[in-house]
Amino acid sequence: MKRVYVEEDWCLACHLCEYWCAFSNSGKDNMVAALKNKTIKPMIQVEEGDKINFAVSCRHCEDPICVKSCISGALSIEDGVIKIDKSKCVDCYTCIMACPYGVLMPNEDEGIMQKCELCTPRGTAPYCAAHCPNQAIIYEER
Amino acid sequence: MSINFLQPEYEVVRNMDRCITCRVCERQCANEVHHYNADLDRMVSDDSKCVDCQRCVTLCPTNALKIVKTNNCFKENANWHTSDITDIYRQATTGGVLLGSMGTPKEYPVYWDKLLINASQVTNPSIDPLREPMETRTFLGKKDATIHYDKDGNIITKTTPQLELSTPIMFSAMSYGSISYNAHKSLAMAATKLGIYYNTGEGGLHEDFYVYGPNTIVQVASGRFGVHSDYLEAGAAIEIKMGQGAKPGIGGHLPGAKITEAVSKTRMIPQGTDAISPAPHHDIYSIEDLRQLVYMLKESTNYKKPVIVKIAAVHNVGAIASGIARCGADIIAIDGFRGGTGAAPARIRDNVGIPIELALASVDRRLREEGIRNQVSLVVGGSIRSSADVIKAIALGADACYIATSALIALGCHLCRTCHLGKCNWGIATQVPELVKRLNPAIGSEHLVNLVTAWTHEIKEMMGGMGINSIEALRGNRLMLRGVGLTEKELEILGVKHAGE
Ligand code: SF4
Ligand code: SF4
Ligand code: SF4
Ligand code: SF4
Ligand code: SF4
Repeated sequence: MKRVYVEEDWCLACHLCEYWCAFSNSGKDNMVAALKNKTIKPMIQVEEGDKINFAVSCRHCEDPICVKSCISGALSIEDGVIKIDKSKCVDCYTCIMACPYGVLMPNEDEGIMQKCELCTPRGTAPYCAAHCPNQAIIYEER
Repeated sequence: MSINFLQPEYEVVRNMDRCITCRVCERQCANEVHHYNADLDRMVSDDSKCVDCQRCVTLCPTNALKIVKTNNCFKENANWHTSDITDIYRQATTGGVLLGSMGTPKEYPVYWDKLLINASQVTNPSIDPLREPMETRTFLGKKDATIHYDKDGNIITKTTPQLELSTPIMFSAMSYGSISYNAHKSLAMAATKLGIYYNTGEGGLHEDFYVYGPNTIVQVASGRFGVHSDYLEAGAAIEIKMGQGAKPGIGGHLPGAKITEAVSKTRMIPQGTDAISPAPHHDIYSIEDLRQLVYMLKESTNYKKPVIVKIAAVHNVGAIASGIARCGADIIAIDGFRGGTGAAPARIRDNVGIPIELALASVDRRLREEGIRNQVSLVVGGSIRSSADVIKAIALGADACYIATSALIALGCHLCRTCHLGKCNWGIATQVPELVKRLNPAIGSEHLVNLVTAWTHEIKEMMGGMGINSIEALRGNRLMLRGVGLTEKELEILGVKHAGE
């Protein structure tokens, strides 16, 4: 399965991926309409360092510990994609503690977890990868 | 401090209806033009720092930005152009030589644009490159006048070393130091993939790039930076740089700020010191001296590598080239006055040298008249902008073209002409690690490969149209060119007829 990979050497910390993610998940067809005057809550987050930056988002692990750890069965694997059923999430943070990549994040507005579910139809590059200016996020089969 | 007479040249225009305050522009502008102002809750800009490199415009996700030339104007004056006035303001404040980079922006005639290419009609059919073979491969080096065979038909002439190019285009000299590690890597990777050559320039060869040696031309310039026996051995050919089109007659100066640890190691000079290439080679004051260096380099590489001598296009270039051909060089590279540079005194860049088209035509003619054209190959550079320029150069007598500015543009350069400031927002003309990172060689080399591949397709199509199926048959074939709007004298120098003839 094609997955999202991060090439930290090339990440510029421009944060474009966060904005494209927020736009992708907004359901709107225009970025300005989706994001103007809003605080974005992207599923991908850029970690910035002195020498190195990288974008953190769900790896869609083959053997996902988060799914195993979820106490309410809100997390599941569908065609290799780790999905969240928000109606089942009880906001217990167990998945946050379990995920070794730290990609699950609480959405305070909704009071439940949010996570990347690969926003575009399978096989097509998700917005974060498609719009990274320096190929620091790559969507491919490895 | 007194008042500053200089007003911003550009204005940053932000469409506030579109700006989503993502601050991408702020993070991407190394010149610190954009800022988020929390009181206003909006982006503000300091126009005076903008160099119009278009990085922010390109990366803004909502196309909210454009950079426009200011319409603030001095009182019109046909004699005193705005640039004349502002240059004086600059010099009156600094007392210094004005620096510039890339090729001259001044309006000089571009002869390529006054030459038109022929096409076959009726009598000699054109060739369809998609259906018939079309040879763009070419060899650079001294061509033997006679070939001897043994009785079994095997060639017994001791042939001179040649550079084999899949297409008559090479990336010309840009030193590591003037351009970044990633820019060099992109060029090296692309040259290898394409079966052509890139050129180290005068800054030595980074140890990581020795693997690209078979597609590398190593340069020996007046500063002799990074020259040692492994370096000479590493390349496929050695180029002696006598001059550069953008700054004929003067040396080079790479400011200490660009001499990072890696650059200092490669150049073999202390970190942080200015790298100054003298104007002349201090061991070359005559053709005989040049001959000594040519043969010294040949000797030290066992006569296995062609030696290129690169000169700037200047007055009497024909006689100079003749001397070079006679001193044992295998290839002469000529760099026209529109050629690029990482830094040069602006007055020299804008006023010294001659157009490459005229230099090429006179050198080719002179060498043919003297019967020594086969002793050298001619490579020309200095603002080759398209495949059409390549075709015209070959028809005027060139064996191949050097491209550098075009290659940088393919890497993202927007010709902002501030390379000398060292803060290239595209990761090309800079040594600042965060900026260098912006050029991912995987993307860069792909762009370069695409560019040269596209040009090669176009070259084949234009050759096919002329009914010519190989670069060899186009070389020096001036009948394939006609001039438009040129004087008798210009046509005479170019050796082409006027359109309609
Ligand atoms: S878009 Fe790419 S370069 Fe920019 S922050 Fe995200 S991963 Fe890094
Ligand atoms: S794949 Fe889509 S949802 Fe996931 S991080 Fe990238 S843009 Fe966001
Ligand atoms: S990059 Fe564009 S949208 Fe983002 S802050 Fe700058 S102008 Fe606004
Ligand atoms: S210098 Fe370049 S990145 Fe900065 S504002 Fe001007 S065009 Fe944009
Ligand atoms: S290399 Fe960079 S600094 Fe130089 S002109 Fe191009 S974009 Fe500008």
